[in-house]
Amino acid sequence: MEAAARPQRQLVRLRGRSYVAFVFVPTVPIVDWLQEIDATIARSPGFFAGRPVVVDLSSVDLSQSGITHLLASLQERNIRVLGIEGVEEARLTPNMPPRLTGGRACVVEPSAPKKADPKQPTSLLLETPVRSGQTVIFPDGDVTILGSVGSGAEVVAGGSIHVYGALRGRAMAGVNGHSTARIYCQKIEAELLAIDGFYQTADDIDAALRGKPAQAWLQGKTMRITALN
Amino acid sequence: MSKVLVVTSGKGGVGKTTTTAALGAALAQRGDKVVVVDFDVGLRNLDLVMGAERRVVFDLINVVQGVAKLPQALIRDKRLENLWLLPASQTRDKDALTEEGVRNVIADLRSRFDWVICDSPAGIERGASMAMRFADTAVIVTNPEVSSVRDSDRIIGMLDSKTVRAEKGERVEKHILITRYDASRASRGEMLTIDDILEILATPLLGIIPESQDVLKASNVGTPVTLSNADGKPARAYIDAAKRLCGESVRMTVPSEKKGFMDRLLRRRAA
Repeated sequence: MEAAARPQRQLVRLRGRSYVAFVFVPTVPIVDWLQEIDATIARSPGFFAGRPVVVDLSSVDLSQSGITHLLASLQERNIRVLGIEGVEEARLTPNMPPRLTGGRACVVEPSAPKKADPKQPTSLLLETPVRSGQTVIFPDGDVTILGSVGSGAEVVAGGSIHVYGALRGRAMAGVNGHSTARIYCQKIEAELLAIDGFYQTADDIDAALRGKPAQAWLQGKTMRITALN
Repeated sequence: MSKVLVVTSGKGGVGKTTTTAALGAALAQRGDKVVVVDFDVGLRNLDLVMGAERRVVFDLINVVQGVAKLPQALIRDKRLENLWLLPASQTRDKDALTEEGVRNVIADLRSRFDWVICDSPAGIERGASMAMRFADTAVIVTNPEVSSVRDSDRIIGMLDSKTVRAEKGERVEKHILITRYDASRASRGEMLTIDDILEILATPLLGIIPESQDVLKASNVGTPVTLSNADGKPARAYIDAAKRLCGESVRMTVPSEKKGFMDRLLRRRAA
Protein backbone atom coordinates (compact mmCIF):
# COMPACT_ATOMS: atom_id res chain seq x y z
CA MET A 1 0.00 0.00 0.00
CA GLU A 2 1.25 3.41 -0.88
CA ALA A 3 2.24 5.94 1.71
CA ALA A 4 -0.02 8.89 2.23
CA ALA A 5 -0.33 10.68 -1.06
CA ARG A 6 1.47 13.94 -1.29
CA PRO A 7 -0.91 16.86 -1.08
CA GLN A 8 -1.62 17.94 -4.61
CA ARG A 9 -0.50 21.38 -5.60
CA GLN A 10 -3.42 23.78 -5.70
CA LEU A 11 -4.06 25.15 -9.15
CA VAL A 12 -4.18 28.91 -9.34
CA ARG A 13 -7.66 29.84 -10.36
CA LEU A 14 -8.21 33.13 -12.07
CA ARG A 15 -11.64 34.61 -11.87
CA GLY A 16 -12.99 37.76 -13.41
CA ARG A 17 -15.22 40.08 -11.43
CA SER A 18 -16.42 43.60 -12.03
CA TYR A 19 -16.95 46.35 -9.49
CA VAL A 20 -18.59 49.72 -9.57
CA ALA A 21 -16.37 52.69 -8.70
CA PHE A 22 -16.90 56.43 -8.47
CA VAL A 23 -14.94 58.25 -11.12
CA PHE A 24 -13.44 61.64 -10.21
CA VAL A 25 -12.66 63.92 -13.13
CA PRO A 26 -10.46 66.70 -11.66
CA THR A 27 -10.52 70.02 -13.47
CA VAL A 28 -8.16 73.00 -13.26
CA PRO A 29 -7.63 74.78 -11.02
CA ILE A 30 -7.24 71.69 -8.86
CA VAL A 31 -7.66 73.74 -5.68
CA ASP A 32 -11.21 74.77 -6.64
CA TRP A 33 -12.03 71.23 -7.60
CA LEU A 34 -10.82 69.97 -4.21
CA GLN A 35 -13.05 72.54 -2.52
CA GLU A 36 -15.98 71.07 -4.45
CA ILE A 37 -15.07 67.63 -3.06
CA ASP A 38 -14.84 69.10 0.46
CA ALA A 39 -18.30 70.61 0.07
CA THR A 40 -19.72 67.22 -0.91
CA ILE A 41 -18.09 65.57 2.11
CA ALA A 42 -19.45 68.34 4.35
CA ARG A 43 -22.99 67.78 3.05
CA SER A 44 -22.88 64.04 3.54
CA PRO A 45 -20.00 62.84 5.66
CA GLY A 46 -18.92 59.37 4.76
CA PHE A 47 -20.20 59.76 1.21
CA PHE A 48 -16.97 58.30 -0.16
CA ALA A 49 -16.13 56.11 2.81
CA GLY A 50 -15.36 52.59 1.74
CA ARG A 51 -16.15 53.45 -1.88
CA PRO A 52 -13.61 52.59 -4.53
CA VAL A 53 -12.64 55.70 -6.46
CA VAL A 54 -10.98 56.04 -9.85
CA VAL A 55 -9.36 59.30 -10.91
CA ASP A 56 -9.80 60.26 -14.56
CA LEU A 57 -7.04 62.66 -15.59
CA SER A 58 -8.08 63.09 -19.21
CA SER A 59 -9.30 66.66 -18.77
CA VAL A 60 -6.20 67.95 -16.98
CA ASP A 61 -2.53 67.89 -17.89
CA LEU A 62 -0.65 67.09 -14.68
CA SER A 63 3.02 66.31 -14.24
CA GLN A 64 4.17 63.36 -12.16
CA SER A 65 4.57 65.59 -9.10
CA GLY A 66 1.18 67.14 -9.77
CA ILE A 67 -0.39 63.68 -9.73
CA THR A 68 1.46 62.79 -6.53
CA HIS A 69 0.17 65.97 -4.92
CA LEU A 70 -3.44 65.29 -6.04
CA LEU A 71 -3.33 61.74 -4.69
CA ALA A 72 -1.95 62.96 -1.39
CA SER A 73 -4.75 65.55 -1.14
CA LEU A 74 -7.34 62.87 -1.69
CA GLN A 75 -5.67 60.62 0.86
CA GLU A 76 -6.00 63.44 3.41
CA ARG A 77 -9.73 63.37 2.84
CA ASN A 78 -9.87 59.62 3.45
CA ILE A 79 -10.52 58.89 -0.19
CA ARG A 80 -8.77 55.73 -1.34
CA VAL A 81 -7.89 55.75 -5.01
CA LEU A 82 -8.24 52.39 -6.71
CA GLY A 83 -6.81 53.32 -10.08
CA ILE A 84 -5.98 56.10 -12.48
CA GLU A 85 -7.43 56.59 -15.92
CA GLY A 86 -6.76 58.87 -18.90
CA VAL A 87 -3.03 59.27 -18.46
CA GLU A 88 -0.01 57.62 -20.06
CA GLU A 89 1.87 54.99 -18.06
CA ALA A 90 5.09 57.06 -18.10
CA ARG A 91 3.72 59.69 -15.75
CA LEU A 92 2.89 57.19 -13.01
CA THR A 93 5.34 55.94 -10.41
CA PRO A 94 5.25 52.30 -9.24
CA ASN A 95 3.79 53.19 -5.83
CA MET A 96 0.85 55.04 -7.34
CA PRO A 97 -2.40 53.15 -7.95
CA PRO A 98 -2.35 51.25 -11.25
CA ARG A 99 -3.51 52.66 -14.57
CA LEU A 100 -6.93 51.44 -15.64
CA THR A 101 -8.50 51.26 -19.10
CA GLY A 102 -11.75 50.01 -20.63
CA GLY A 103 -14.12 51.30 -17.94
CA ARG A 104 -17.81 51.43 -18.85
CA ALA A 105 -20.22 54.03 -17.57
CA CYS A 106 -23.04 52.82 -15.33
CA VAL A 107 -25.57 54.26 -12.94
CA VAL A 108 -24.35 54.49 -9.38
CA GLU A 109 -27.11 53.69 -6.94
CA PRO A 110 -27.53 55.99 -3.99
CA SER A 111 -25.66 54.54 -1.08
CA ALA A 112 -28.53 54.85 1.40
CA PRO A 113 -28.70 51.57 3.23
CA LYS A 114 -31.68 49.62 1.93
CA LYS A 115 -34.35 49.04 4.49
CA ALA A 116 -35.18 45.43 4.96
CA ASP A 117 -38.47 44.59 3.24
CA PRO A 118 -41.26 44.87 5.78
CA LYS A 119 -42.67 41.41 6.31
CA GLN A 120 -45.34 40.63 3.77
CA PRO A 121 -48.68 40.13 5.48
CA THR A 122 -49.57 36.50 5.08
CA SER A 123 -53.24 36.81 4.33
CA LEU A 124 -55.37 37.12 1.24
CA LEU A 125 -58.48 39.26 1.07
CA LEU A 126 -61.11 38.73 -1.62
CA GLU A 127 -63.89 41.27 -1.92
CA THR A 128 -65.86 39.48 -4.61
CA PRO A 129 -67.77 36.20 -4.35
CA VAL A 130 -65.92 33.03 -5.28
CA ARG A 131 -68.02 31.58 -8.09
CA SER A 132 -68.77 27.97 -8.90
CA GLY A 133 -65.81 26.39 -10.68
CA GLN A 134 -63.28 28.87 -9.34
CA THR A 135 -60.45 27.79 -7.08
CA VAL A 136 -58.60 30.03 -4.66
CA ILE A 137 -55.31 28.59 -3.43
CA PHE A 138 -53.24 30.48 -0.86
CA PRO A 139 -50.76 28.21 0.92
CA ASP A 140 -49.03 31.08 2.74
CA GLY A 141 -51.69 32.05 5.25
CA ASP A 142 -55.28 33.01 5.94
CA VAL A 143 -57.93 33.70 3.32
CA THR A 144 -60.72 36.16 4.02
CA ILE A 145 -63.67 36.34 1.64
CA LEU A 146 -66.18 39.14 1.96
CA GLY A 147 -68.66 37.58 -0.47
CA SER A 148 -69.89 34.03 -0.54
CA VAL A 149 -68.29 30.87 -1.84
CA GLY A 150 -70.53 29.30 -4.46
CA SER A 151 -71.49 25.67 -4.70
CA GLY A 152 -68.74 23.97 -6.71
CA ALA A 153 -66.11 26.55 -5.77
CA GLU A 154 -63.01 25.69 -3.78
CA VAL A 155 -60.93 27.65 -1.29
CA VAL A 156 -57.60 26.24 -0.15
CA ALA A 157 -55.54 28.01 2.50
CA GLY A 158 -52.39 27.30 4.45
CA GLY A 159 -53.96 29.07 7.42
CA SER A 160 -57.55 29.70 8.41
CA ILE A 161 -60.48 30.56 6.13
CA HIS A 162 -62.94 33.33 6.96
CA VAL A 163 -66.09 33.69 4.85
CA TYR A 164 -68.31 36.67 5.57
CA GLY A 165 -71.04 35.31 3.30
CA ALA A 166 -72.48 31.88 2.71
CA LEU A 167 -70.03 29.01 2.36
CA ARG A 168 -71.65 26.68 -0.18
CA GLY A 169 -68.55 25.19 -1.78
CA ARG A 170 -65.48 23.47 -0.37
CA ALA A 171 -63.10 24.97 2.12
CA MET A 172 -59.77 23.39 2.98
CA ALA A 173 -57.76 25.08 5.68
CA GLY A 174 -54.34 24.32 7.15
CA VAL A 175 -53.25 22.41 4.07
CA ASN A 176 -49.56 22.49 5.00
CA GLY A 177 -50.10 20.50 8.15
CA HIS A 178 -51.34 23.46 10.14
CA SER A 179 -53.73 21.74 12.51
CA THR A 180 -54.63 24.87 14.48
CA ALA A 181 -56.23 26.47 11.40
CA ARG A 182 -59.98 27.03 11.52
CA ILE A 183 -62.80 27.72 9.13
CA TYR A 184 -65.32 30.43 9.95
CA CYS A 185 -68.39 31.35 7.93
CA GLN A 186 -71.50 33.47 8.22
CA LYS A 187 -73.74 30.79 6.77
CA ILE A 188 -72.71 27.17 6.60
CA GLU A 189 -73.98 25.26 3.57
CA ALA A 190 -70.63 23.76 2.69
CA GLU A 191 -70.10 20.76 0.44
CA LEU A 192 -66.89 19.85 2.23
CA LEU A 193 -64.81 21.23 5.07
CA ALA A 194 -61.25 20.10 5.67
CA ILE A 195 -58.52 21.07 8.13
CA ASP A 196 -55.06 19.58 7.80
CA GLY A 197 -56.47 16.66 5.83
CA PHE A 198 -59.33 15.79 8.20
CA TYR A 199 -62.61 16.43 6.48
CA GLN A 200 -66.36 16.28 6.70
CA THR A 201 -68.78 16.34 3.80
CA ALA A 202 -72.18 18.02 3.71
CA ASP A 203 -73.77 14.79 4.93
CA ASP A 204 -71.67 14.73 8.07
CA ILE A 205 -72.40 18.30 9.02
CA ASP A 206 -75.13 18.64 11.63
CA ALA A 207 -78.31 19.61 9.80
CA ALA A 208 -79.29 21.91 12.67
CA LEU A 209 -76.32 24.13 11.81
CA ARG A 210 -77.26 24.60 8.17
CA GLY A 211 -77.54 28.22 7.18
CA LYS A 212 -76.16 29.42 10.51
CA PRO A 213 -72.87 31.11 11.39
CA ALA A 214 -70.42 28.38 12.29
CA GLN A 215 -66.80 27.49 12.81
CA ALA A 216 -64.83 24.33 12.28
CA TRP A 217 -61.65 23.31 14.09
CA LEU A 218 -59.65 20.23 14.91
CA GLN A 219 -59.86 18.56 18.27
CA GLY A 220 -57.14 15.99 18.18
CA LYS A 221 -58.03 14.00 15.12
CA THR A 222 -61.67 14.88 14.84
CA MET A 223 -63.21 17.87 13.18
CA ARG A 224 -65.65 19.77 15.30
CA ILE A 225 -68.20 22.12 13.83
CA THR A 226 -70.14 24.40 16.13
CA ALA A 227 -72.32 27.43 15.87
CA LEU A 228 -70.63 30.76 16.27
CA ASN A 229 -71.98 32.97 19.06
CA MET B 1 -73.13 53.68 -29.11
CA SER B 2 -73.51 50.08 -30.00
CA LYS B 3 -73.57 47.36 -27.38
CA VAL B 4 -72.59 43.73 -27.58
CA LEU B 5 -74.86 41.64 -25.38
CA VAL B 6 -74.39 37.96 -24.70
CA VAL B 7 -77.29 35.78 -23.61
CA THR B 8 -75.76 32.92 -21.71
CA SER B 9 -76.51 30.43 -18.91
CA GLY B 10 -74.16 27.48 -18.72
CA LYS B 11 -77.03 25.03 -18.51
CA GLY B 12 -79.01 23.99 -21.58
CA GLY B 13 -82.74 24.30 -22.06
CA VAL B 14 -83.25 27.27 -19.77
CA GLY B 15 -84.41 29.63 -22.53
CA LYS B 16 -81.36 31.37 -23.97
CA THR B 17 -82.55 31.21 -27.56
CA THR B 18 -86.10 32.23 -26.68
CA THR B 19 -84.69 35.12 -24.67
CA THR B 20 -82.36 36.20 -27.46
CA ALA B 21 -85.23 36.30 -29.94
CA ALA B 22 -87.65 37.99 -27.53
CA LEU B 23 -85.20 40.66 -26.36
CA GLY B 24 -83.97 41.22 -29.92
CA ALA B 25 -87.53 41.81 -31.15
CA ALA B 26 -88.40 43.98 -28.15
CA LEU B 27 -85.35 46.18 -28.66
CA ALA B 28 -86.00 46.41 -32.40
CA GLN B 29 -89.60 47.46 -31.71
CA ARG B 30 -88.23 50.36 -29.70
CA GLY B 31 -86.54 51.54 -32.88
CA ASP B 32 -82.99 50.30 -32.30
CA LYS B 33 -81.17 48.46 -35.05
CA VAL B 34 -80.61 44.95 -33.74
CA VAL B 35 -78.81 41.83 -34.93
CA VAL B 36 -79.15 38.47 -33.20
CA VAL B 37 -76.17 36.18 -33.70
CA ASP B 38 -76.40 32.41 -33.23
CA PHE B 39 -73.17 31.06 -31.70
CA ASP B 40 -74.54 27.56 -31.29
CA VAL B 41 -72.51 26.21 -34.20
CA GLY B 42 -73.58 22.67 -35.04
CA LEU B 43 -76.87 22.86 -33.15
CA ARG B 44 -78.40 26.00 -34.48
CA ASN B 45 -81.87 26.93 -33.30
CA LEU B 46 -82.16 30.68 -33.41
CA ASP B 47 -83.15 30.62 -37.09
CA LEU B 48 -86.12 28.39 -36.21
CA VAL B 49 -87.26 30.54 -33.30
CA MET B 50 -86.97 33.61 -35.53
CA GLY B 51 -88.80 31.82 -38.37
CA ALA B 52 -85.96 32.38 -40.82
CA GLU B 53 -84.79 28.81 -41.31
CA ARG B 54 -85.80 28.69 -44.95
CA ARG B 55 -83.80 31.74 -45.90
CA VAL B 56 -80.36 30.74 -44.56
CA VAL B 57 -77.70 30.84 -47.28
CA PHE B 58 -74.47 31.81 -45.56
CA ASP B 59 -73.71 31.61 -41.86
CA LEU B 60 -71.45 32.85 -39.08
CA ILE B 61 -68.70 30.34 -39.87
CA ASN B 62 -68.65 31.38 -43.53
CA VAL B 63 -68.15 34.97 -42.43
CA VAL B 64 -65.57 34.10 -39.75
CA GLN B 65 -63.56 32.18 -42.33
CA GLY B 66 -63.95 34.88 -44.96
CA VAL B 67 -65.90 32.69 -47.39
CA ALA B 68 -68.82 35.12 -47.38
CA LYS B 69 -69.18 38.81 -46.68
CA LEU B 70 -71.21 39.87 -43.67
CA PRO B 71 -74.10 41.48 -45.64
CA GLN B 72 -74.52 38.21 -47.58
CA ALA B 73 -75.06 36.25 -44.38
CA LEU B 74 -77.36 38.69 -42.57
CA ILE B 75 -81.07 37.85 -42.82
CA ARG B 76 -83.58 40.61 -42.33
CA ASP B 77 -86.64 39.82 -40.27
CA LYS B 78 -89.90 39.85 -42.23
CA ARG B 79 -91.89 41.53 -39.46
CA LEU B 80 -89.47 44.10 -38.10
CA GLU B 81 -87.30 45.94 -40.55
CA ASN B 82 -84.55 46.80 -38.08
CA LEU B 83 -84.14 43.25 -36.78
CA TRP B 84 -81.54 40.99 -38.38
CA LEU B 85 -80.26 37.48 -37.88
CA LEU B 86 -76.78 36.05 -38.36
CA PRO B 87 -77.38 32.30 -38.30
CA ALA B 88 -74.98 29.58 -37.16
CA SER B 89 -73.79 26.73 -39.28
CA GLN B 90 -75.46 23.38 -38.70
CA THR B 91 -72.81 21.29 -40.43
CA ARG B 92 -69.70 22.54 -38.69
CA ASP B 93 -68.66 22.44 -35.06
CA LYS B 94 -67.51 25.02 -32.55
CA ASP B 95 -63.81 24.54 -33.28
CA ALA B 96 -64.42 26.48 -36.48
CA LEU B 97 -64.81 29.64 -34.39
CA THR B 98 -61.45 31.38 -34.25
CA GLU B 99 -60.93 34.26 -31.85
CA GLU B 100 -59.51 36.46 -34.62
CA GLY B 101 -62.44 35.71 -36.91
CA VAL B 102 -65.05 36.32 -34.21
CA ARG B 103 -63.35 39.59 -33.22
CA ASN B 104 -63.55 40.85 -36.79
CA VAL B 105 -67.19 39.85 -37.22
CA ILE B 106 -68.19 41.46 -33.93
CA ALA B 107 -66.30 44.66 -34.80
CA ASP B 108 -68.05 44.77 -38.18
CA LEU B 109 -71.47 44.17 -36.58
CA ARG B 110 -70.77 46.85 -33.97
CA SER B 111 -70.33 49.42 -36.73
CA ARG B 112 -73.66 48.51 -38.33
CA PHE B 113 -76.01 47.89 -35.38
CA ASP B 114 -77.07 49.42 -32.06
CA TRP B 115 -77.35 46.01 -30.41
CA VAL B 116 -75.38 42.88 -31.22
CA ILE B 117 -77.07 40.07 -29.28
CA CYS B 118 -75.06 36.85 -29.12
CA ASP B 119 -76.99 33.68 -28.38
CA SER B 120 -74.52 31.51 -26.50
CA PRO B 121 -74.58 27.72 -26.68
CA ALA B 122 -74.90 25.76 -23.44
CA GLY B 123 -71.74 24.65 -21.73
CA ILE B 124 -68.51 26.43 -20.92
CA GLU B 125 -66.46 25.34 -23.90
CA ARG B 126 -65.29 27.14 -27.00
CA GLY B 127 -68.72 28.12 -28.33
CA ALA B 128 -69.80 29.70 -25.05
CA SER B 129 -66.47 31.37 -24.40
CA MET B 130 -66.38 32.85 -27.92
CA ALA B 131 -69.95 34.14 -27.57
CA MET B 132 -69.07 36.02 -24.38
CA ARG B 133 -65.52 36.98 -25.36
CA PHE B 134 -66.28 40.46 -26.75
CA ALA B 135 -69.42 41.24 -24.76
CA ASP B 136 -70.09 44.56 -23.01
CA THR B 137 -73.22 43.30 -21.28
CA ALA B 138 -74.42 39.86 -20.31
CA VAL B 139 -77.86 38.48 -19.60
CA ILE B 140 -77.58 35.30 -17.57
CA VAL B 141 -80.68 33.20 -18.04
CA THR B 142 -81.51 31.14 -14.97
CA ASN B 143 -84.33 28.78 -14.05
CA PRO B 144 -85.38 28.63 -10.42
CA GLU B 145 -83.56 25.34 -9.92
CA VAL B 146 -80.40 24.54 -8.01
CA SER B 147 -78.56 23.09 -11.01
CA SER B 148 -79.32 26.05 -13.21
CA VAL B 149 -78.31 28.54 -10.54
CA ARG B 150 -75.01 26.81 -9.90
CA ASP B 151 -74.21 26.77 -13.63
CA SER B 152 -75.07 30.46 -13.80
CA ASP B 153 -72.66 31.11 -10.95
CA ARG B 154 -69.96 29.35 -12.96
CA ILE B 155 -70.75 31.45 -16.02
CA ILE B 156 -70.61 34.68 -14.00
CA GLY B 157 -67.14 33.66 -12.86
CA MET B 158 -66.14 33.23 -16.49
CA LEU B 159 -67.64 36.59 -17.47
CA ASP B 160 -65.49 38.15 -14.75
CA SER B 161 -62.29 36.51 -15.93
CA LYS B 162 -62.35 35.27 -19.52
CA THR B 163 -63.83 38.20 -21.45
CA VAL B 164 -61.81 40.88 -23.20
CA ARG B 165 -63.30 43.47 -20.88
CA ALA B 166 -62.32 41.51 -17.78
CA GLU B 167 -58.79 41.06 -19.09
CA LYS B 168 -58.54 44.83 -19.58
CA GLY B 169 -59.62 45.31 -15.97
CA GLU B 170 -63.08 46.55 -16.91
CA ARG B 171 -66.36 44.95 -15.99
CA VAL B 172 -68.94 43.20 -18.07
CA GLU B 173 -72.33 44.53 -16.98
CA LYS B 174 -74.25 41.48 -15.78
CA HIS B 175 -77.98 40.88 -15.37
CA ILE B 176 -79.94 37.90 -14.17
CA LEU B 177 -83.05 36.95 -16.08
CA ILE B 178 -85.15 34.33 -14.33
CA THR B 179 -87.21 32.31 -16.78
CA ARG B 180 -89.83 29.57 -16.41
CA TYR B 181 -90.89 30.97 -13.08
CA ASP B 182 -93.94 29.12 -11.89
CA ALA B 183 -95.79 31.09 -9.26
CA SER B 184 -97.85 28.17 -7.98
CA ARG B 185 -94.84 25.87 -7.62
CA ALA B 186 -92.89 28.66 -5.98
CA SER B 187 -95.67 29.14 -3.47
CA ARG B 188 -95.53 25.45 -2.60
CA GLY B 189 -91.80 25.74 -2.04
CA GLU B 190 -90.93 23.44 -4.95
CA MET B 191 -88.64 25.96 -6.58
CA LEU B 192 -85.95 28.31 -5.42
CA THR B 193 -87.37 31.69 -4.58
CA ILE B 194 -86.28 34.87 -6.34
CA ASP B 195 -84.51 35.99 -3.18
CA ASP B 196 -82.61 32.70 -2.94
CA ILE B 197 -81.42 33.01 -6.52
CA LEU B 198 -80.31 36.60 -6.17
CA GLU B 199 -78.61 35.87 -2.87
CA ILE B 200 -76.60 33.04 -4.42
CA LEU B 201 -75.69 34.89 -7.60
CA ALA B 202 -75.17 38.36 -6.05
CA THR B 203 -76.03 40.01 -9.38
CA PRO B 204 -78.85 42.46 -10.22
CA LEU B 205 -82.12 41.16 -11.59
CA LEU B 206 -83.25 42.13 -15.10
CA GLY B 207 -86.63 40.45 -15.08
CA ILE B 208 -88.75 37.44 -14.24
CA ILE B 209 -90.39 35.58 -17.10
CA PRO B 210 -93.31 33.42 -16.00
CA GLU B 211 -93.68 29.84 -17.23
CA SER B 212 -96.24 30.01 -20.02
CA GLN B 213 -97.62 28.10 -22.97
CA ASP B 214 -97.17 31.29 -25.00
CA VAL B 215 -93.41 30.70 -25.09
CA LEU B 216 -93.71 27.19 -26.46
CA LYS B 217 -96.32 28.23 -29.03
CA ALA B 218 -94.22 31.16 -30.18
CA SER B 219 -91.16 28.94 -30.69
CA ASN B 220 -93.16 26.46 -32.70
CA VAL B 221 -94.48 29.05 -35.10
CA GLY B 222 -91.10 30.74 -35.41
CA THR B 223 -92.02 34.08 -33.90
CA PRO B 224 -90.30 35.81 -30.99
CA VAL B 225 -92.73 35.72 -28.08
CA THR B 226 -92.70 39.52 -27.85
CA LEU B 227 -94.25 39.62 -31.35
CA SER B 228 -96.61 36.64 -31.28
CA ASN B 229 -98.63 37.65 -28.25
CA ALA B 230 -97.41 41.05 -27.18
CA ASP B 231 -100.03 41.32 -24.45
CA GLY B 232 -99.24 37.99 -22.83
CA LYS B 233 -97.45 37.86 -19.51
CA PRO B 234 -94.12 36.56 -20.82
CA ALA B 235 -94.08 39.12 -23.65
CA ARG B 236 -94.71 41.97 -21.25
CA ALA B 237 -92.00 40.69 -18.92
CA TYR B 238 -89.55 40.58 -21.85
CA ILE B 239 -90.53 44.06 -23.01
CA ASP B 240 -89.94 45.39 -19.49
CA ALA B 241 -86.57 43.62 -19.39
CA ALA B 242 -85.63 45.27 -22.69
CA LYS B 243 -86.57 48.66 -21.25
CA ARG B 244 -84.35 48.02 -18.22
CA LEU B 245 -81.50 47.07 -20.54
CA CYS B 246 -81.87 50.50 -22.12
CA GLY B 247 -81.54 52.09 -18.72
CA GLU B 248 -85.21 52.82 -18.04
CA SER B 249 -86.42 52.04 -14.57
CA VAL B 250 -89.47 49.82 -14.65
CA ARG B 251 -91.02 48.42 -11.51
CA MET B 252 -90.24 44.74 -11.03
CA THR B 253 -93.26 42.55 -10.59
CA VAL B 254 -93.03 39.03 -9.32
CA PRO B 255 -95.52 36.89 -11.22
CA SER B 256 -98.05 35.59 -8.75
CA GLU B 257 -101.14 33.50 -8.72
CA LYS B 258 -104.36 35.34 -8.23
CA LYS B 259 -105.14 34.62 -4.63
CA GLY B 260 -107.25 36.16 -1.99
CA PHE B 261 -105.91 38.35 0.72
CA MET B 262 -106.50 35.67 3.35
CA ASP B 263 -104.55 33.06 1.38
CA ARG B 264 -101.58 35.34 1.16
CA LEU B 265 -101.80 36.15 4.80
CA LEU B 266 -101.93 32.49 5.74
CA ARG B 267 -99.03 31.62 3.45
CA ARG B 268 -96.87 34.23 5.12
CA ARG B 269 -97.69 32.71 8.45
CA ALA B 270 -96.71 29.27 7.32
CA ALA B 271 -93.41 30.49 5.98
